[in-house]
Amino acid sequence: MSDINKEALYDYLLLLGDNSMILGQRLGELCGHGPELETDIALTNISLDLFGQVRNYFQYAAEVVADGRTEDDIAMLRKEHEYKSSLLVEQPNTDFAYVIVRQNFFDHYHYMLLSKLVDSKDEQIVAVAKKSIKEVEYHLDFSSTWVKRLGDGTEESRQRMQDAVNELYRFTRELFKPTETEERMANLGIGADLPSMEEDYYKQLHALLEEATLEVPQGEVFQYGGKEGRHSEYMGYILTDFQFMQRAYPNMKW
Amino acid sequence: METVDQHIEDILYSVSDPEIPVLSIVDMGIIKKVEKLDDHFLIHITPTYSGCPAMDTIEDDIVKAFDEEGLKAKVKHILSPAWTTDMITEKGKKALEEYGIAAPRDASIDKAALSGEKNQIKCTNCGSMNTKMVSRFGSTACKALFQCEDCGEPFDYFKCLR
Repeated sequence: MSDINKEALYDYLLLLGDNSMILGQRLGELCGHGPELETDIALTNISLDLFGQVRNYFQYAAEVVADGRTEDDIAMLRKEHEYKSSLLVEQPNTDFAYVIVRQNFFDHYHYMLLSKLVDSKDEQIVAVAKKSIKEVEYHLDFSSTWVKRLGDGTEESRQRMQDAVNELYRFTRELFKPTETEERMANLGIGADLPSMEEDYYKQLHALLEEATLEVPQGEVFQYGGKEGRHSEYMGYILTDFQFMQRAYPNMKW
Repeated sequence: METVDQHIEDILYSVSDPEIPVLSIVDMGIIKKVEKLDDHFLIHITPTYSGCPAMDTIEDDIVKAFDEEGLKAKVKHILSPAWTTDMITEKGKKALEEYGIAAPRDASIDKAALSGEKNQIKCTNCGSMNTKMVSRFGSTACKALFQCEDCGEPFDYFKCLR
């Protein structure tokens, strides 16, 4: 593999890992604060799955870059603009409806993405994707069940879900707008062709929202930037928590 | 697992899953290969779930178990082929049940049970089939929480993973 493609592969692995990592961190914030015990455990279990997947991507990224950086360095020691997560996953845990809607918007995408990556030309990406997709199937099922239950629930639960949908919907299209790296990786047959997934994504999502008696926002102005390092103000706060130990005690280990 | 020296197999058998102490990692099906190299054994293990926090402990425990026998072992993590619950041996499934964790059922029963259909999973306490799912995610990512409606016992069910 040429150096340029190697660099692009490294970049691509970060793009794959960062979404899961930042969402995992958001879910981790809920540990001990979930609305009920079972849900608390479910959300932190999903967080754990996501972090496990991130480790697999970043261990591989460290191998690809081969300059002494470890998976922990990659995860912990970047600056805000070097994180490539989408705006969707950094949105706050406003209430349980937001947590579920954010999760579900991501899970639909995540499942479709992994369904493509299992056919990647990169063996290691295939191995990670095959492992992850089984876990993500559960995540999607879990969040979809809650979307239906709360959307088609009481007047208040429906209203809260609708508010969350209205607020978060504008972050969904970024997932399908490829960065230069994503385009290059798709052309090499290593990465997923994102634009080709978009139609199916919205079809599935809209069908679920309809079943949950929720309205699909119309005439939305979509927001982009996270994947290119332009994050919302939330990201700084997330990283303050996330990187605290490494910043305060450089090179510390458990 | 490929056939290895009985002594090596015994050492590996002595290491158990830290979260399910009755279950040896061999019966768990996570040991994929044992290589005898010049000055150490290289043990290939595969995780059950990507984020399984037990993996690091298991790695330490394997190294320690070999060390106690005066042997040196290193552990290599592999992802492919991805672990499935079919890799748990019959003996392993029995150990799970005796420990109070319902063993994974085949895919169709698993799906019915996890989508909330009642009477799919046998209570590990009283044997009744009158059980229901409480939560799809249990005490660890690999388990779901069930409850018996006859004896009232809450118990874990090891989810089928394929």
